[in-house]
Amino acid sequence: MNFLYAAYAATWIVHIAYLITLVRRYRRLQKDIEAVNKM
Amino acid sequence: MSLAGITGATLAKDLRLEWRSKDAINAMLFFALLVVVVFSFSFDPNAEESRQIAGGLIWVAFLFASVVALNQTWARELRNQALDAYRVSPAPANALFLAKTVGNFIFVGVLEVLMTPLFIVFYKLRALGPAWQLIPVAILGTWALVVNGTFFAAMSIRTRSREIMLPLLLFPISIPAILAMVNATTAILTGELSSRFWIVLLATYDVVFTIACLLLFEMVLHAE
Amino acid sequence: MKRAFPIFAILTALLLSYALYAALVMAPTEKTMGDVQRIFYYHVPSAWTAFLLFLINFVASVVYLIRRHPLADIVAAVTAEVGVVFCTVVLVTGPLWARPVWGIWWTWDVRLTSTLVLWLIYVSYLMLRRFSSSSQTPVLAAALAVFGALDVPLVYFSIWIFRTQHPQPVIGGGGSIDPRMLHILLLNWLAFLCFAGLICWSRYRLERLRREVEETQALEALLEPRRVL
Repeated sequence: MNFLYAAYAATWIVHIAYLITLVRRYRRLQKDIEAVNKM
Repeated sequence: MSLAGITGATLAKDLRLEWRSKDAINAMLFFALLVVVVFSFSFDPNAEESRQIAGGLIWVAFLFASVVALNQTWARELRNQALDAYRVSPAPANALFLAKTVGNFIFVGVLEVLMTPLFIVFYKLRALGPAWQLIPVAILGTWALVVNGTFFAAMSIRTRSREIMLPLLLFPISIPAILAMVNATTAILTGELSSRFWIVLLATYDVVFTIACLLLFEMVLHAE
Repeated sequence: MKRAFPIFAILTALLLSYALYAALVMAPTEKTMGDVQRIFYYHVPSAWTAFLLFLINFVASVVYLIRRHPLADIVAAVTAEVGVVFCTVVLVTGPLWARPVWGIWWTWDVRLTSTLVLWLIYVSYLMLRRFSSSSQTPVLAAALAVFGALDVPLVYFSIWIFRTQHPQPVIGGGGSIDPRMLHILLLNWLAFLCFAGLICWSRYRLERLRREVEETQALEALLEPRRVL
C-alpha cells in the first residue's frame, strides 16, 4: 500500500518539478521582454 | 572528379596526416591499454569466468578508445577553416563523409589488430567456439561504431562543448550495436550459444544507419 | 482564444481528480497483487502518453527536414521535453510497482530496458538542443530524432533475446482484463493526455515568445549597436 502512495506521489513530484522549471522560464522571459521594451 | 575520386583523395590526405603525426593512433592505443590494465584489477583475470566478461571488456575498451579518433576527425578540419572550404566547394558531401568514415574504420581497425593479442595474453583467452566468426563480428561492429561516430562527431563539432557531446550522442544510439558485438563475442568465446542472430542484427544495424547517415549528412554539414 | 487556456486547465484538473478518485476508490482490487496494482492506472497511461509524444516528435522532425518550417521545429522541441517528463514518470513508477510484486526494483527485461534506452536517447536529444547554437539546432536535432526512431526497433529486438518478465500488454496482448479496470485505465489516459496537452500548450507559448524576444533583441542590436554595447 505504501508503494502505491509513493508511486502516485512520485508521479506528481516529477510533474510539479517540471512545472516549476516552466514557471521559472516564463519569469526569465518576462524580464527579457521588459528589457526589450525599455530599449 | 567522381565520388570515388574525391573520397579517395580525402582519405589519402587523412591517412598521410595520421601517418606523419600518429596523434590519434597513439592516444587510442595508450587509452585502450589503460582500460585493459585498470579492468584487470576489478576482477580476477585468470578465472575461467573471465571468458564471460571478456567480450564486454574488449568492446568497451575499443568503444572508448575510438571516441578519441572520432573527435579528431572533424576538429582537424576546423583549423584554417578547412571545413568551411569543404562546404562551399562543389564536392559531394557524402564523399567527405565516406572518406572520414573509412579513415576512422582503418584507425580503429589498426587499434583492434594491435590490442587483440594483448587481450589474449592478459586474460588468457581462447575461443571455445568458431574463432573465425570473430572476424565478421569485428568488421561489422567496428563499422557500426565508426559510421555513427563519424556522423555524430560532425554534429557535436557544431555544439558548444565539442568533445563531451560526442559520447553523449553516440552511446545511447549505439546500444543495440554494442549489445550485439558483446553478445556475439561472448557466444564465440564461450562456445555455448550461436552468434548468428547477433551477426545478422549487427549487419542490419550497419545497413540501416549507413543509409541514414548518407541521406542526412549533407543537411548536417550545411546546417547554418 | 485567451480564455481557452484557463478553461482547459480547469477541465483538466477536474478530469485528473476524478480519474484519481476512480483509480483509488472505484477500481476493483486486483486479486493477487492487491492495492499495489493501482499503480497501473498511472504507470501505463504515462507510458502511452510518452510514446505518443515521441511519435509526434519524430513526425515533426521529418516534416522539419523536408519543409523547413520553424513551427515543426517548435513542436519537436516541446514534445521531446514533455515526453521525457512522462517517460521519467514511467521509469520511477515502474520500480515502485516491481518491488512489492516481483521483489526486485529493476530487471533488465525487454520493455524496461527499451524504455530506459528511449529515455537516454531523448535526454541526449535535449542536451544537443541545449548545447548547439540556435541557428543550427533545428537541423541537428531533427537528424538525431530520425536516428533515434530508427534505433528503437533495433533496441527492442536486440533486448528481446532476454526473455521478458514484464506483464504482457493488457490491450491486444491476449490477456484478459476486468472491463471496469479497462474503463478506469482509459479514463486515466484521457486525463493524462489532457494534462500533457496542457503542458505542451504552455511550453509551446513559451518557446514562441522566447523566439520572438530573441529576434527582437537581435534586431535592436542591429539597429542601435551602441546602446546594446
